[in-house]
Amino acid sequence: MREVCVIGVGMNKWGELWDKSIRDLFVESALLAIKDAGVDKIDSMYVGCMTSGLFVGQEHLASLLADYLGRTPISSTRVESACASGGAAVRCGFIEVASGMSDVVLVGGVEKMTDVSGDGATYALATAADQEYEVFHGATFPGLYALMAKRHMHEFGTTRDMLSAVAVKNHDNGSKNPLAQFQSKTTLEGVANAVMVADPLTLMDCSPITDGAACAILASVDKAREISKNPLVKILGVGNATDRIALHSRKSLTTLNATLEASKRAYEMAGKTPKDIDFAEVHDCFTIAEIMVTEDLGFFEKGKGGHAALEGKTALDGEKPINTSGGLKSKGHPVGATGVAQIVEVVKQLRGEAGERQLKNPKVGLTQNMGGSGGSAVVHILEVM
Amino acid sequence: MVGIVGYGAYIPRCRIKVEEIAKVWGADAPSYKRGLGLQEKSVPQPDQDTITMSVEATKNALKRAPHVDPKKIGAIYIGSESHPYAVKPSGTTVAEAIGATPDIHCADYEFACKAGTEGMFVVYGLVKAGLIEYGLGIGADTSQGAPGDALEYSAAAGAASFIFGNDKVLAECNETFSFMTDTPDFWRREHEFYPRHGGRFTGEPAYFKHITGCAEGLMKKAGTEPKDFNYVIFHQPNGKFPQRVGKMLGFTPEQIEPGLLCPLLGNTYSGSSPMGLTSTLDISKPGDKIMLVSYGSGAGSDGFIFTVTDRINEVRDLAPKTRYMLDNNKRYIDYGTYAKYRGKILTAD
Amino acid sequence: MFPARVWREIPQRYRLEANRCPQTGEIYFPPRLVCPEGKCEKLEPVKLAETGTVESFTVIRVAPSAFTDQAPYPVGIVKLDDGAKMMCQIADAEIEELKIGMKVKIEFRKVQSDGKAGVHAYGYKCVPVRD
Repeated sequence: MREVCVIGVGMNKWGELWDKSIRDLFVESALLAIKDAGVDKIDSMYVGCMTSGLFVGQEHLASLLADYLGRTPISSTRVESACASGGAAVRCGFIEVASGMSDVVLVGGVEKMTDVSGDGATYALATAADQEYEVFHGATFPGLYALMAKRHMHEFGTTRDMLSAVAVKNHDNGSKNPLAQFQSKTTLEGVANAVMVADPLTLMDCSPITDGAACAILASVDKAREISKNPLVKILGVGNATDRIALHSRKSLTTLNATLEASKRAYEMAGKTPKDIDFAEVHDCFTIAEIMVTEDLGFFEKGKGGHAALEGKTALDGEKPINTSGGLKSKGHPVGATGVAQIVEVVKQLRGEAGERQLKNPKVGLTQNMGGSGGSAVVHILEVM
Repeated sequence: MVGIVGYGAYIPRCRIKVEEIAKVWGADAPSYKRGLGLQEKSVPQPDQDTITMSVEATKNALKRAPHVDPKKIGAIYIGSESHPYAVKPSGTTVAEAIGATPDIHCADYEFACKAGTEGMFVVYGLVKAGLIEYGLGIGADTSQGAPGDALEYSAAAGAASFIFGNDKVLAECNETFSFMTDTPDFWRREHEFYPRHGGRFTGEPAYFKHITGCAEGLMKKAGTEPKDFNYVIFHQPNGKFPQRVGKMLGFTPEQIEPGLLCPLLGNTYSGSSPMGLTSTLDISKPGDKIMLVSYGSGAGSDGFIFTVTDRINEVRDLAPKTRYMLDNNKRYIDYGTYAKYRGKILTAD
Repeated sequence: MFPARVWREIPQRYRLEANRCPQTGEIYFPPRLVCPEGKCEKLEPVKLAETGTVESFTVIRVAPSAFTDQAPYPVGIVKLDDGAKMMCQIADAEIEELKIGMKVKIEFRKVQSDGKAGVHAYGYKCVPVRD
């Protein structure tokens, strides 16, 4: 397998973007990524999107987006893994370059969520869970994560303030990210007192509904050295894994096993351990998710993720900065785009282009993108050369 | 010997008091309570209906008949005024839930409040004729009363389920009798949400005429008198009528009391007299003679005479008793919640 | 909610039909064609126990459209007495009495209806055991 680099990234501002269609969102960020990479020829493209069919009645994105990017007859494929669609698309692009099949691949993610009512969005998102054994009974996504939160609080003494601390930190980081959907800050009380959605999770524990896209250009290391003016960022490790889709089928409600396994695979491939990771972009679809993920990625002992958040260990100036971009909570969560946006943030940090959020000399970053209630997960480890 | 081999009831948990309803409509609660002999009634939640209550009542009946293999039940008849579908029988779902399908006959029955006893009558006949080994006769309702109408105070929810058979009988059926005329005292037209009634016309020419006609015909056929019975159960549209008709016929309050659930339960329509029977069986002793006379508007009455056997002592405690479900685990709701649960609030769609 | 989808789940929703791997002894609900532990394809039919305890619960306050009239309602993961786990609503319970470890039993209820004219979908919920 050849080594693969990320030579370009592009992302537009995320939010409720009434005048942008799904094709506008994707093409705009793809053009930004192509420009950033300084490439001309692209061999292939992968698009991550959870459910353009349910949101805008449009399938066959592979063709639509290749068409509107002006690149037909390029090879193009749509990748789906619920909220991990973006990360899965990156992995597919990685494999195509690493295998030698292509030299330059565009990987992107997009989701247009505001053309349906709140109810329509809830319905579309719920298709990531077990329809007949979870959704049938009236479980919602906040409900599924709330079940995990209640259990985490019961088993490890995780508190309301620990959950809130994650939201406070991510909004703080997001306030420094001009592309984030929300640039407002919040407080521990503000999070705890927001309207309850599914006990114990309030509206402020939940990531929002967002329109947006993010793209990256992958290239072989040789191609990268040949054409790229940017610092070289290599993808050292990739790991992809699954877990039983329904919560009641899992061995534990407090361990996200797909993330754990995916990270093991990525660490092994990259020759790295959790201690080697300087910072990470993780899938905080709900505050409790960030807490459990930081444990399952090996950054903190099981049960201590909440403590770490409350103690500031995961803040911008902490020992393990998590979600410097503002995370899904503040940056937004256009489902299929999230996994690629995580790559965008890691690359910017590694190149020193993260502006007000810039960390001091980060060398190794990790992205963790997760589908549904954790039924699938994909982890990437990147290093700047 | 043919009779009841298993019986069970189900009462939903929620209750609403007469005062709560009277408050909204500006009625005088104490006089309603006195006049109707009624304090509170049961209310089904949105996830409870004739089918769900029939399943739970039947599971209780099966607990009292552990010798009965559901696959040997040859017929299932559910009588109700509130079948969840206008076309698609309630009996099919209940039969599937208890594992009695597919070799089974099914039909839904309707005759206002006596639809439950109709099912009982028919399965009794089928078992007696040797056509089936066991049969299920069920009376269940989540009846509706129009807002502000007198019936709103009493229209309640509940179910009673009886397995008829000829082995390990706990109450032998000695005699049956039916009395029926075309009397429009209470009705509901197709597509109407609430029923209508003829006010005082529902009394003497309807309820009293048919119950007395049936009870007298039944006793004459069986060669018995009121004093021969330990207990009697009449249909209970309110707490007063059954006591009045009992007195008219020569029964004592003590004979009526164990089966008189209406004051705290309300009128469970097709479940009304059947639940009076389950409640009476719960306290009966071997040898007790019980008369049951139902009443359905339209109008008619079905009468039964049962004699309790020794078997009652073995099975009585195997499932929850009716009075226990009536008196325990109650949750009182206000009128707004009641109206929401009963679909009386106009929604956007 | 197309009728065929509702009908297909009847053995599970009405009668709690599951299956069990003879090698590992683990019970699967819904029943599986292949055991996820050892890949055994000869799983045996079993019926789930009807009593258990609550492993976790939440109260859904912002509900999907089929359930808005019922909100708030609790949803829980129940561990039945035979070791099998399932997800269902917790009915007949006051929100204050919900706690991890509480004893519950299965009851037959109507889980949802397809609007005013579609089919009813019946199935299992659990209720607190109060004795």
